[in-house]
Amino acid sequence: MNLCAKLKESPNAISRWLSIAVILGLPAMCPAFAVDAAASAAVPIPDTLQQRIAACTACHGVHGEGSADSHFFPRLAGKPVNYLARQLQYFQRGQRRYAPMQYMVQSLSPAYMRVIAEYFSIQRVPYQQSLVPTLSAAVLQRGEQIVTQGNPATKLPACQSCHGRQLTGMEPNIPGLVGLPYDYLSSQLGSWRTGTRSSAAPDCMAQIANRLSPDDITAVSAWLASQQPPADTRAQLAGSVTPPLACGVLAVKGSGA
Amino acid sequence: MMKWLRRVMTVFVLSIAVLAGWFFFRRDHAEPLPVAMRTVDAAMLKDPVLIARGEYLAKAGDCSVCHTEQGGQPYAGGRSVATPFGDIPAPNITPDNDTGLGNWSFEDFWRALHSGIGRDGALLYPAFSYTAFTKVHPDDALAIFAYLRSLPPIHQTSKPPNLRFPYGIRNTLIGWRLLYFHEGQYRPDTRQSAQWNRGAYLVQGLGHCSECHDTRNALGALSGQRSLSGGEIPAQNWYAPDLGTRQNGGLAGWSSKDIVDLLKTGQSAKGVAFGPMAEVVTKSTQYLAEDDLQAIAIYLQSLPARAIAVAPEEAFNSKALADQGEKIYAQQCASCHGQDGNGVDGIYPPLNGNVSVTEPVGMNATRVVLLGGFSPGTVANPRPYSMPPFAQQLSDADVAAVVSYVRQAWSNHAPVVQERDISKYRTTPVD
Repeated sequence: MNLCAKLKESPNAISRWLSIAVILGLPAMCPAFAVDAAASAAVPIPDTLQQRIAACTACHGVHGEGSADSHFFPRLAGKPVNYLARQLQYFQRGQRRYAPMQYMVQSLSPAYMRVIAEYFSIQRVPYQQSLVPTLSAAVLQRGEQIVTQGNPATKLPACQSCHGRQLTGMEPNIPGLVGLPYDYLSSQLGSWRTGTRSSAAPDCMAQIANRLSPDDITAVSAWLASQQPPADTRAQLAGSVTPPLACGVLAVKGSGA
Repeated sequence: MMKWLRRVMTVFVLSIAVLAGWFFFRRDHAEPLPVAMRTVDAAMLKDPVLIARGEYLAKAGDCSVCHTEQGGQPYAGGRSVATPFGDIPAPNITPDNDTGLGNWSFEDFWRALHSGIGRDGALLYPAFSYTAFTKVHPDDALAIFAYLRSLPPIHQTSKPPNLRFPYGIRNTLIGWRLLYFHEGQYRPDTRQSAQWNRGAYLVQGLGHCSECHDTRNALGALSGQRSLSGGEIPAQNWYAPDLGTRQNGGLAGWSSKDIVDLLKTGQSAKGVAFGPMAEVVTKSTQYLAEDDLQAIAIYLQSLPARAIAVAPEEAFNSKALADQGEKIYAQQCASCHGQDGNGVDGIYPPLNGNVSVTEPVGMNATRVVLLGGFSPGTVANPRPYSMPPFAQQLSDADVAAVVSYVRQAWSNHAPVVQERDISKYRTTPVD
């Protein structure tokens, strides 16, 4: 008799044959058995980190690719592990405020948050372009100018001077800016200005956000969100850029400005 | 008109007289601090064994949860307790001389914990759960005091309460206390075992479980029964379920092991702690000794059977809604919670027969669907599984359909939830 076929026949057959099947190691030999068992009784839940963090991947994607359709949930793939772990801690302490994230991480240990950060930081997935508002060429040009050159008049350093020439960030604490949706980028710059997002003192990003006008924020966010990231989105090596401002997260003194 | 007024006045004066008499009668029952403990030797407070016991008891009382601001220094105060009357921030209880308990004597501390009266004589708001802490034994209070005195002093001025008129007037508490505060230490029930009494002492006293798991009246007071039969947590939009394990109880069918597992690890074969209870587990109960957890379980298992739940007033009003709920369940929920609603043991909680699903209002299931979340991260379960939030992908109508479905599927018979009620649960609780 074909035991696999018998097992698939009906749930009752499964219970009748289960003890024998288990002894014979049958489930492993019958690929369809797992499916039938799932339909009738307990679902086999994989003991993987990916399964455990379903709450994260629902918005940020299984590989941290973000959610282009949402126009908001940021890509996490390839961001520095330290940066990601630090953000989770900030959410837990209320230093970075976004209610769904604060609720999500409230009972997680630092060790678990680190493991989750590692998971996303090592993911390599292609970028999916999200919607960018239709803006004039002049606005996008203004955005490009700020990203690449900054604005000496307001002592605004270029984004590239910290986030790297390729804008993929720098290890261990500077995130990449490419591959992020417009809504996310503009809301983060707004949050730095209103204090619902902050970092270790001296908080250089808070200073920078306050040197940006609302129009600048639109321009910078739109230009960044419309760029195609480079093939390799990994952050640059630690120490490969010298930040122009003193930044608490970098634990190094800036060169002035 | 005059006759009517006179009648009201008479009733009023009589009520005051009765209340006053009752108050004086009851005061005779309040125990003052034992004479030997009125002056405590400073050296005694430095006893490391006493301090260690105090640390354990402070955890059992979950003191740090209110007395620590999010991201703040432990016990330096600042977290607000939201109430329907306004916000009441917990004060700094580190031993700082200017802003904390630095200049407090043990007698001061005892008076606050046992009688709800501050060092300056002010009546304390019962957001500080002295209605429960009054049951704490003086020896335990001393240990907690010694522990708090051992903390590094943090200079942080406590914020004043922000209450609506007339609740900002502390003397309005005189009447409240007359009616609702029963001062007095825990008195063991000699008909019960030592283990039962230990459980009752922890649950009714330091654990202050009734603060959430009982119903409050319009003045924020708990019922006299304190039977842990569940209630809506005011101003938080969470329902603390009935803890009865006997017939018709919220935890009917829960074994001692199920109760201990949930308090120790954050989940049991019967359910998972979430919302405010997740924090209680991660900050307090997971650290309790096995003996104490067993004692709590024994006590909870002795809670009386409940009256049979009233049949749902509103069943599904259309087959379309029921079908929609079933369809969403099959698509979004069944792969983890099972088509049969029985979950996966040790990983995903059952929804069938789960009081968090069937509590009277339906707010817990609604909020869990919207918020998702991790099971509590504990020493015993350091890498918990999680549930995705569905706020971003399900409409109010879909949430109402699927929550109504799980409340009526399998052995569940709870009232449906309405689409119009979903939007008020879309805000995320953050303090």
